[in-house]
Amino acid sequence: MLAESIVIIGVNHKTAPVAVREKLAFSGDCAGPLLTLMDIDGCRECCFLSTCNRVEVIFVASDPAVAAVAVRGFLFAKSGLGDAEAQQYSYLYQGKEAVAHLYNVAASLDSMVVGEPQILGQLKQAYRDAVEQKTTGVILNRLLHKSFSVAKRVRTETNIGGSAVSISYAAVQLAKKIFGSLQDKAVLLVGAGEMAELAAEHLVRQGIGRVIVANRTLERAAKLARKFNGTAVGLAELTTQLAEVDILVSSTGATDLILRKDEVKPLMRQRKNRPLFLIDIAVPRDLDPEINDLDNVYLYDIDDLKNVVDVNKAEREKEALRAEGIVAEEVVKFGLWLEGMELAPTITAIRQKANAIREVEVAKTLGIMKSLTENERRSVEMLANAIVNKLLHEPMIFLKNSTPHDNPQLKLAFIRQMFGLDKESPEQQPPRENV
Amino acid sequence: MTLFFQLTLYLYLLATAVYVFHFLSQKKQVRAVARAILLTGGILHTVYFVVRYVAAGHTPLTSNHEAVSFFAWSMTWAFLSFWWKYRVKNFGVFVTPLISLLMLIAAFSSQEMAPLPPALKSYWLPVHASIAIMANGFMALAFCGGIMYLLQEREIKKKKFGIFYSRLPSLEALDNLNQHCLALGFLLLTLGIITGSVWAKQAWGTYWQWDPKETWSLITWLIYAAILHQRLTMGWRRRRAAIMAIVGFGAVLFTLWGVTYLLGGVHSYVG
Repeated sequence: MLAESIVIIGVNHKTAPVAVREKLAFSGDCAGPLLTLMDIDGCRECCFLSTCNRVEVIFVASDPAVAAVAVRGFLFAKSGLGDAEAQQYSYLYQGKEAVAHLYNVAASLDSMVVGEPQILGQLKQAYRDAVEQKTTGVILNRLLHKSFSVAKRVRTETNIGGSAVSISYAAVQLAKKIFGSLQDKAVLLVGAGEMAELAAEHLVRQGIGRVIVANRTLERAAKLARKFNGTAVGLAELTTQLAEVDILVSSTGATDLILRKDEVKPLMRQRKNRPLFLIDIAVPRDLDPEINDLDNVYLYDIDDLKNVVDVNKAEREKEALRAEGIVAEEVVKFGLWLEGMELAPTITAIRQKANAIREVEVAKTLGIMKSLTENERRSVEMLANAIVNKLLHEPMIFLKNSTPHDNPQLKLAFIRQMFGLDKESPEQQPPRENV
Repeated sequence: MTLFFQLTLYLYLLATAVYVFHFLSQKKQVRAVARAILLTGGILHTVYFVVRYVAAGHTPLTSNHEAVSFFAWSMTWAFLSFWWKYRVKNFGVFVTPLISLLMLIAAFSSQEMAPLPPALKSYWLPVHASIAIMANGFMALAFCGGIMYLLQEREIKKKKFGIFYSRLPSLEALDNLNQHCLALGFLLLTLGIITGSVWAKQAWGTYWQWDPKETWSLITWLIYAAILHQRLTMGWRRRRAAIMAIVGFGAVLFTLWGVTYLLGGVHSYVG
């Protein structure tokens, strides 16, 4: 069976600890591994994916069992582990399971953080590299393209990537719900620690207009400010700055509150009630929790954000179940295509299509020419039959005869495309999203 | 003629149901269906007014049925016109129930066509009445926006994210909606009062006679003027602006019905 020739062998965060994964050590360049893999006996097509959480080889081989050992040997070449250990740390999927696994990877259902969007880009890059090295053929081309569309389907039909599952991203999402666009907004970082930096990075990526850093030591503030093209100020300027900015991220090591309700209240008048989003990620807290009682002020501390994240994670798991349903459906579809990619079913499909056309056309013609005698009617039918058979004769010969240099799958794919045997309903254009 | 009205009413009710379904499912195709139904309803509603105009021989804005129905018509078209340039996520599910409610009130009011009293026979009737009621339409949209703002703000403030957080637009977008609707509504309200006053001069010889409807229109106008003034100078934005849009709409409704049924006066409907 053709399906059984599709194999995926790989290592990911679930099967191997980082100590093992880092020994595999494949860096940037994909051309090398791809060419080595193609040299493996019986390996007809391959694609190589390497990210920080996974390394996998997707390949099509005439003798999968033999090729599998060789591929595993290649994966673990630098690790110094024997094949028995290598088997223990890696996974092998074949046939429909391999298809399902690839769809899961593409749709980010197999990721450490389920639903994270980067993996699809990484897979697309891996495929581009493989195409560049000409290591993919009819089967992997279709399989990879399908995996991209499955990922897209999962993303649009479920809410798997919809909610933030990291603290800093949750904060950014909230900021967007309050301010809409962040373009003309300013953020004030109080404390120049790592958490502040991470939050600022997210905000900058979302296009925040201005970054201001306030810190006890001005030097550190200046250093962080430079990174974001911002300005640095002393901690004494906190309230003056707070009258101007829209978002405040506080993460100082102070043991006491640095901002109280009575200090913020007069500021809101000065701000003409422009909303203020305060994020307190410091422990112990920097900002007086009562500030949240003020109108148009939204204060979130680290626990509030964690709660948001926890709720979102639970939501994602629910969505993941729905996504698995979509994957299962698509695996069946791909299986049907694979089954058709053999000689006999293709011939049957062409004949069926031709016969269906013939029957419809004959019926149409006879419907108009009602005055024909029985004999004449039969002649018309025979005429149609003869045309169909003679037209199909050469393509059938072309399909059945194979010379040693032929790539049978390429031929099948070509003929199937020519006769339009795998046409699906055209994909719907997604409508524009509103604001 | 009543057939057009009935059909419009059913289409509005159906659009409301489909908008609710879209709100829960968030499927874009469903929204497209809802919009198409509402648009069809809006067109039939327009046809209804044209037919009624021809049948009555004067602008059909003189009975409670006609005024409320036109109110709903204004809301529908103001909302649909937003789709063209100024889109607000999930606005429809808040607007269509109010449109349907107005239509139900219109359906239960007398639909009789009363002859027009001589005093009202003027080309000012269509101008004044339609502008004044269209102002109500925009105030109603601001009211819906205000409710959306308060719902969204509540979830963000209380840090409990329920059904609205992901579905409603950002607070900023809702605040802009508020300003947009109030500015347009206020402009129309002002024009409505001016045209009314000019008409009054022609009909009764005086620009202003402290008729209850006039008085309450003025009060409504002052409320909205205060809202807009405070917004621009004192920063009555956001939460307070949302609340004021709701309060202001209360004044609009009182001017529309309270005055007619409680206080009487020359503006009382014919029917």
